[in-house]
Amino acid sequence: MLLNIDNLRKSYGTPDGAVQAVVDVPSFSLESGQQTALCGTSGTGKTTFLNLIAGILQPDDGCIELDGCLISQANEAARDRLRARTIGYIFQTFNLLQGYSCIENVLLGMRFGPGADRRRAGELLERVGLGQRLDHLPRQLSTGQQQRVAVARALANRPKLVLADEPTGNLDPASAAESLGLIRETCRENGAALLLVSHDREVLGQFDNVRDLAEINRAAAWPSAREGLP
Amino acid sequence: MSLLQIVLRSLRQHLLSTVITAFSIALASGLLMSVWVVKDQARENFTGVDSGFDGVFGARGSKLQLVLNSIFHLEASPGNLTWEQYELIAKDRRVATAVPIAVGDNYRGYRLVGVTANLFEVEYRDGKKYGVRDGYLFNPERKQAVVGSFAAERLRLRVGSTFHPYHGLIFDENKQHAETYVVSGIMEPSNTPADRVIWIPIAGLQNMEGHKAETATDVSAVLVKLRGSSSGMMMNQEFNLQGNVMTFAWPIADTMSKLFNKIAPVEMVLRAVALLVALVAAGSILASIYNSMNERRREIAILRALGARRSTIFAVVVLEASGIAALGAAAGFAVYFFIMSVAAWLIRQETGIVLSPLELEPVMLWAPLTMLVLGALAGVVPAAKAYRTDVAQNLNPIS
Repeated sequence: MLLNIDNLRKSYGTPDGAVQAVVDVPSFSLESGQQTALCGTSGTGKTTFLNLIAGILQPDDGCIELDGCLISQANEAARDRLRARTIGYIFQTFNLLQGYSCIENVLLGMRFGPGADRRRAGELLERVGLGQRLDHLPRQLSTGQQQRVAVARALANRPKLVLADEPTGNLDPASAAESLGLIRETCRENGAALLLVSHDREVLGQFDNVRDLAEINRAAAWPSAREGLP
Repeated sequence: MSLLQIVLRSLRQHLLSTVITAFSIALASGLLMSVWVVKDQARENFTGVDSGFDGVFGARGSKLQLVLNSIFHLEASPGNLTWEQYELIAKDRRVATAVPIAVGDNYRGYRLVGVTANLFEVEYRDGKKYGVRDGYLFNPERKQAVVGSFAAERLRLRVGSTFHPYHGLIFDENKQHAETYVVSGIMEPSNTPADRVIWIPIAGLQNMEGHKAETATDVSAVLVKLRGSSSGMMMNQEFNLQGNVMTFAWPIADTMSKLFNKIAPVEMVLRAVALLVALVAAGSILASIYNSMNERRREIAILRALGARRSTIFAVVVLEASGIAALGAAAGFAVYFFIMSVAAWLIRQETGIVLSPLELEPVMLWAPLTMLVLGALAGVVPAAKAYRTDVAQNLNPIS
């Protein structure tokens, strides 16, 4: 088992001083190489869920075990290290660094992992169809091309798990389909498991394994959790 | 990508603020170095210049004024000595050499100093005597002048040039003397106040048209070289403590040191101002980077999401601040050379003292290092802010 989650809880304080549960996942798991889509609308805590898995957030309670490492119990430096080496993260807004070229964005992803490898970065960008645009800045690329840079960056460190948060949310239908195909294909080629969250039925339809976040996350079923808390 | 590349890229991304902040550091570093070097070299030069003499005799009055007037060719003479008094000094067995000088005229602001030819036999520095570069030494019997190298350059005087002296130490074109002097020689540069002087025979100055006939044999001061240091102490006792006719300024360096000691508080204020400017410049680094932190929160969050540790982000910001300080400190040398060139020119113009901007001084090491340390320290505050950046909150959008 690559990812195993047990009784995971995360709450936030509300402006009126109350505590609001956002993630309450009794159990969730993912096999190595498995590709799973999570279906969830806005406010169901899907970004928080992914951030917990990535070690960006620390859970209030529960256990996350990734590739034999207990993220939930690890200190921040260990979580940073694990995130750099084991996880690739594709964001809805791509989160490319605007002052860096395509290849530099990919190299930056490697910098905090096993180390920058210019040849591999070039190969990855070649693979996602940007071999001729290595030195372009993100603003010189179309939205779809920026998404591909984000995919190449996420795969740069040969992660065992790729997290994708609404990766096609900012793309037109044609680009979304193409991009999704690319993400799935490159994950498969690199042997990485894929955990993708989306509320787009077209996207979800591409996956054999689709889980409803409202079923996994008990907090998502609560109406208040759907009303805008992260 | 190395940490250094990330830092350099960040500096490039914020090029305008980087340049402006580095410029303020450059000004501070340059000012700091200039203040220290001018202060140290001015003190060293003013207290080191004795023109080869041990002491100066003059009319009863201020020793400092006497030294400034006769050695540095600044200020007015405190009064005159008679020729008989000069002869008494010259014949004193404790005096090895006595050179009388007379002042009171100028040519376009540059002093004419009447002197006897034995001035040119005195070593003004070990092994160095005043020499004539072009032409020859004046003939004491004729209206001839030997012009200091700096004065010759400024006044465009050459061997064979003629000029009419002007009465007084300050140039007034209505006070021209009728006498015509011919430049017989141009002196070799000595980098001493002598370079700013037009030397003429002492009799020429004493007898210049319009000067009082009854003081025609007076001298303004007598520069002396003594036989042994005990002579100075004895003469100090005799002329300054027991006598009341003449003033004996001895040793010359002590008189100048007293001047610098008197203006020490002014020096301290200047130093404090320079240090304050350095602190303000470091503050500008802090403000510049701190203000950019808000717009950089997302960038920092992305780096953190990619696996960068908090300590890495902290180091990047501190290195960035240090980088700006390093750029500024390097550019500070250009500012220093500019300020020093102007200061050295002005000081040479006004006093004849030559400063050496290119001479290595300890401040040239510690001032840039201080700016570097202050810059790094200034980076700590924004670095702490970057360190605390909440990753999840700044990776938009969140659902």
